[in-house]
Amino acid sequence: MASDSVFAAVVRAPEDPILGVTVAYNKDTSPNKLNLGVGAYRTEEGKPLVLNVVRRAEQILVNDESRVKEYLGITGLADFNKLSAKLILGADSPAIQDNRVTTVQCLSGTGSLRVGAEFLARHYHEHTIYIPNPTWGNHPKIFNLAGLSVKTYRYYDPATKGLDFQGLLEDLGAAPSGAIVLLHACAHNPTGVDPTLEQWEQIRQLIRSKQLLPFFDSAYQGFASGSLDADAESVRMFVADGGECLAAQSYAKNMGLYGERVGALSIVCKAADVASRVESQLKLVIRPMYSNPPIHGASIVAAILKDSEMYREWTVELKAMADRILSMRQQLFEALSARGTPGDWSHIIKQIGMFTFTGLNSEQVAFMTKEYHIYMTSDGRISMAGLSSRTVPHLADAIHAAVTCST
Amino acid sequence: MALWNAVASRLARHRSWTAGVGSSRAMSSWWHSVEPAPKDPILGVTEAFLADPSPDKVNVGVGAYRDDNGKPVVLECVREAERRIAGSMNMEYLPMGGSVKMVEETLKLAYGDNSEFIKDKRVAAVQALSGTGACRLFAEFQKRFRPESQIYIPVPTWSNHHNIWRDAQVPQRTYHYYHAESRGLDFASLMDDVKNAPSGSFFLLHACAHNPTGVDPSEEQWREISQQFKAKGHFALFDMAYQGFASGDPERDAKSIRIFLEDGHSIGIAQSYAKNMGLYGQRVGCLSVLCEDEKQAVAVKSQLQMIARPMYSNPPVHGALIVSTILGDPELKQLWLKEVKGMADRIIGMRTALRENLENLGSSLSWKHITEQIGMFCYSGMTPEQVDRLTKEFHIYMTRNGRISMAGVTTGNVRYLANAIHVVTEST
Repeated sequence: MASDSVFAAVVRAPEDPILGVTVAYNKDTSPNKLNLGVGAYRTEEGKPLVLNVVRRAEQILVNDESRVKEYLGITGLADFNKLSAKLILGADSPAIQDNRVTTVQCLSGTGSLRVGAEFLARHYHEHTIYIPNPTWGNHPKIFNLAGLSVKTYRYYDPATKGLDFQGLLEDLGAAPSGAIVLLHACAHNPTGVDPTLEQWEQIRQLIRSKQLLPFFDSAYQGFASGSLDADAESVRMFVADGGECLAAQSYAKNMGLYGERVGALSIVCKAADVASRVESQLKLVIRPMYSNPPIHGASIVAAILKDSEMYREWTVELKAMADRILSMRQQLFEALSARGTPGDWSHIIKQIGMFTFTGLNSEQVAFMTKEYHIYMTSDGRISMAGLSSRTVPHLADAIHAAVTCST
Repeated sequence: MALWNAVASRLARHRSWTAGVGSSRAMSSWWHSVEPAPKDPILGVTEAFLADPSPDKVNVGVGAYRDDNGKPVVLECVREAERRIAGSMNMEYLPMGGSVKMVEETLKLAYGDNSEFIKDKRVAAVQALSGTGACRLFAEFQKRFRPESQIYIPVPTWSNHHNIWRDAQVPQRTYHYYHAESRGLDFASLMDDVKNAPSGSFFLLHACAHNPTGVDPSEEQWREISQQFKAKGHFALFDMAYQGFASGDPERDAKSIRIFLEDGHSIGIAQSYAKNMGLYGQRVGCLSVLCEDEKQAVAVKSQLQMIARPMYSNPPVHGALIVSTILGDPELKQLWLKEVKGMADRIIGMRTALRENLENLGSSLSWKHITEQIGMFCYSGMTPEQVDRLTKEFHIYMTRNGRISMAGVTTGNVRYLANAIHVVTEST
């Protein structure tokens, strides 16, 4: 009896649709294979990049003999938290000056979203969250497991490959008062379609008039336009009106710290004492999950953000990454135009951020994987960061073939 | 001119936001009914300690190792590993299951270097966020795949165990463990509880250096426990947070696990490198589940990854690199083993010193449990009121269950500590 497993009935889970792409890519032996799946930045040479400023910060940490590896507090590194709040909300944010913001270090964007969602499920009166359609594949799982029920609001218009603004306003307008709304702060994943500032203002007015609770996912600050401030406008707009909101930040992409799992959850509250009580409850969510967050990545971020020269260096390297992606967009668009590939491909240069929602369907994607060894998610999303001048022609060929060979 | 117009209209828009339709100034906070949460009983102790200005203050609260000067320690092997890592690796995402190399080395520590289970690929294992994260993954997995099950937790246990299984929504039961009168193991009651639990129950066992009591079953007692588990078809989840730290020898400290494996149990193990490699804040650990065969191990691992993905996507890379660098290099591994033994020996030395000091002060109470207990903690037997006196009158910080972290005891403070304990307990 002792040898019968109590887990004998466990079946194998399906591969994660996004991370599973890399698994499949790794298995492929073709020299032409191209990984446009997971959103991790690559250089022109197709290599992962550790920012120079990050290397500098790391060396400082390693050489500092007085540094220890003790547990951080449950809410993480205090410096890191303060600096992260300033980064997203603005250094002169009145909400910060009024001590109305609680910020806790979490495991990148995923962890920040999960901790925020768990808090809402326990302490907020509305347990429905509205997420855009489409959104990052992991969003619904995060919210469901945290105990929230998930509904969608219209977002992407396949006809225009742009924003379905009317649909968005209608769906949020029909949401029950107090419902939570997930908003991508910039560089929407997977579509790359962002509202304009004017549209953001309308969204803000609607959300506030219906007393909906905004929950921002900011995974690409600085990566979208190349400007940290511009990419935070949407969040700051909501904070400026004095209302409350949540914001999940990730340093995975904009500081290239992917595997270090560095992020922060900020909750902007009406008053300082409220923020303090909210923080104490966040601790109760975190402690039974992992006790306290990992120290290494947050130490790197804090070292960079607090040193004006390193901060400046970071903004330069960040802009270079954003610019390279813009260049890839341009090159792919031109390559498809040159091939006369049927269809309007201007969305490639209109969309913003790391991803392009090509509009290709899952059959076309499967074709491209099989025949051209192009790896991407089946929703037609490609990570522009995985492209280089050298590989753009191969991708353009593949898209051209997929579109023209459609059965 | 165009630029000025753009800026001006932007400013005008900004002003209009703050006064516009739907401004929420008039609304009250969504969170006005949020109560302040109670402080964590363990971590709250360090917070209080840090806030105390007294020069005599002693922190024997949280279980983090200190050297004889009361300073935190970064092991030499860790420093060397970090030197090798810095500048050479990238920071790409690990797979959801974490660092393969780190997990491989970690399984060898728990199951044995030449474990047949590892060779046969029967162990489903994922990198986890230290011991807490490993326990939480298991609890969530248990909830998902054995939803009717409960977890039996020893009394007492690390307080966060209760939080973990509660948040995973797995109902909890307790089993007898600590015997207050003898300050040792209540073996008879423990065995009764094991016998009386419904067949196929899930039990949490501390592999070695029980937290908070420091009381471990003997080898013979572990064998009996294993036999009784067999008879009842119970599942054993071992929480091993102190391998190497208890006796100084990691192989010896894994004895309980090896006994269960020999007896044919399919167990689960939560491992942590927080203490034995001093990697506390790096959050490095591992959860493993021994399965019937490779196919099942693949299935279980995939399901564990499905739990990790919506929690944190994939685990942090830095600490895992340190572990795999050390354990993968024979010289560094030897250095580590030496340093772990050094830490364990210092603690054993402090146990002896504390007991001797108390006896020399003429305490009428028995303090032999100080040297009989093992690992980082000593369950002193003091009451919460006595602990409060220690804090108030002597600025000595520990958890109110009377648990002393021996790692915080030094040749410099052991007499002060012994004297204070003597003073607050001599009236009993």
